[in-house]
Amino acid sequence: MNPKIRNSILNILLVALLGGFLWWGERNLDGYQIQVLNLIAVNAILALSLNLIYGFTGMFSLGHAGFMAIGAYVSALLILSPAQKEMMWILEPVIWPFSVMQAPFLVSVIAGGLVAALIGLLIALPVLRLGGDYLGIATMGFAEIIRVVITNITPITNGSLGLKGIPDYAGLWWNYGWFLFTLYFIVRIVNSNFGNVFKAIRDDEIAAKNMGINTFRYRVISFSIGAFFAGVGGALMGSLITTIDPKMFSFLLTYNVLMIVVTGGLGSLTGSILGSVVITILLEWLRFVENPLTIGSFEIPGIPGMRMVVFSLLLIFIILFRREGIMGMKEWTWDGLFARFGKGGKTE
Amino acid sequence: MTTHAERPCALETQHLTIRFGGLTAVSDLNLAVPHGSIVGLIGPNGAGKTTAFNIITGFYRPTEGKVLFYGEDITGRLPHLVCKTGISRTFQNIRLFSNETVLQNVMIGCHVRQKSEWWMAPLMLPLFNREEKAIRERSYHLLESIGLLPYANEISNSLPYGAQRRLEIARALATEPRFLLLDEPAAGMNPQESLELMGFIRALRKEYDLTILLIEHDMKVVMGVCEYIWVLDYGVLIAEGGPQAIQSNPKVIEAYLGEEVTADA
Repeated sequence: MNPKIRNSILNILLVALLGGFLWWGERNLDGYQIQVLNLIAVNAILALSLNLIYGFTGMFSLGHAGFMAIGAYVSALLILSPAQKEMMWILEPVIWPFSVMQAPFLVSVIAGGLVAALIGLLIALPVLRLGGDYLGIATMGFAEIIRVVITNITPITNGSLGLKGIPDYAGLWWNYGWFLFTLYFIVRIVNSNFGNVFKAIRDDEIAAKNMGINTFRYRVISFSIGAFFAGVGGALMGSLITTIDPKMFSFLLTYNVLMIVVTGGLGSLTGSILGSVVITILLEWLRFVENPLTIGSFEIPGIPGMRMVVFSLLLIFIILFRREGIMGMKEWTWDGLFARFGKGGKTE
Repeated sequence: MTTHAERPCALETQHLTIRFGGLTAVSDLNLAVPHGSIVGLIGPNGAGKTTAFNIITGFYRPTEGKVLFYGEDITGRLPHLVCKTGISRTFQNIRLFSNETVLQNVMIGCHVRQKSEWWMAPLMLPLFNREEKAIRERSYHLLESIGLLPYANEISNSLPYGAQRRLEIARALATEPRFLLLDEPAAGMNPQESLELMGFIRALRKEYDLTILLIEHDMKVVMGVCEYIWVLDYGVLIAEGGPQAIQSNPKVIEAYLGEEVTADA
């Protein structure tokens, strides 16, 4: 069989399998397990978008939390009802047009992504002239600026009180739908010649310029696409946990996404998905180390934040022993799978 | 004997000068490369040859002077636009996209002539798909003509050294240049490989209708393949002429070997 047709059929089967699993999960899993599944999808969206920026285009960006905040706030403002908004802004009343605007969930998520992409574009223009560590510091600074601005424009964002009671539309189907869309979008770009262009900029910017690539333009494009999906991820996360406040979008959130991307492998999309499954589940499962523990006659009181200590150790181990992450730069593909089992799969 | 004066000028530099602080790296350089020729730029280490390349390809803006490409002033044009105009180059220290496959490296070279836009990729527009397929086929074709087809799916930095040099040329050709700058193409090659390289360079010019300017230290290659040679020393042009004239030019010998008096001492 033509490998291309075979791969399409297998992809469709895989998506159907995922759909079947979600359908089963919705009926048989408890609320906590479903929440973990939701978090995996949202984290995967965030990891894929950061991987496009950092793993594929080589821009060390630490601004993800900022773009997520924008997405979450824009989306929340659009799906909260006018009555809810009137109740919630107790310090200063919410100003028009934010007080009355309302939109369906899908539109609100897209709007969140678009505003994040627009802000990403505006940030990119001055900041992407920097490279390496300087870029990391500058993007981190901008993310912090976004957070401070959100804290202070009380008539729009309700300041440090945050937003509560956001409608919980973001269920399994929405989250996994957006996850599949993100994956499709980024895979199409990465596998096209434009993906090659991004990788060329990552590998050798000077050679890329000499090969006729407008490196600045493509860095801005990659950064803005990444910001869009970060905004989408933020919007879904806001609706998933129904409460957002500026403190939530601190650097720690960026760090979590970065951890997933590095664990999965910089420059590997399947690695990012694998990373988000592993890290999300571990983050939940490791909660037991924060519970009080009794060994024999010893009683160890629960230490809050202990799992982050375990995680930092894990990250150090990854960097020491498997710096390229689970997948390195490789991808998990059907062709690779068939080639491994010797069924004459041709690598494309 | 100079047939070269009658042909139209592909590349011309006029009074090209660049200063880095107090150092004048290239001073009043005048080159005139006739269309369809293979010419050389030689000189001892640090003479300013690569700097001249970097000015031509837009990496440095000259302090004074002009670069003309088929009569068009391209001085200070950004590197990617210079490439679009039709000048491509290779690098002295190989600069391949090292994590990408051989095929991808060539495909990246094709990008500069690509008409579709990035947002067409997720939409699967027919225009995009067709062009993407054409680029892939063209890249395979280029690899075949340069003898790298068996390596197409290898990661480029796993290639043997000579093959990496040829891949750099293939990548440069993918940008559809009219003018090719080769920075020490024979560096690190054994005599047999350099001999093959000379034939390869001549074949390139014929097949792709190119004009080629090369920097080279291997005098056998330079004398064997170049029709006209410019000699730089400390940024200053000290001699120019055909291979025979350059070989017997006392100034050139002095630049390379030192003055006779110091040589004796």
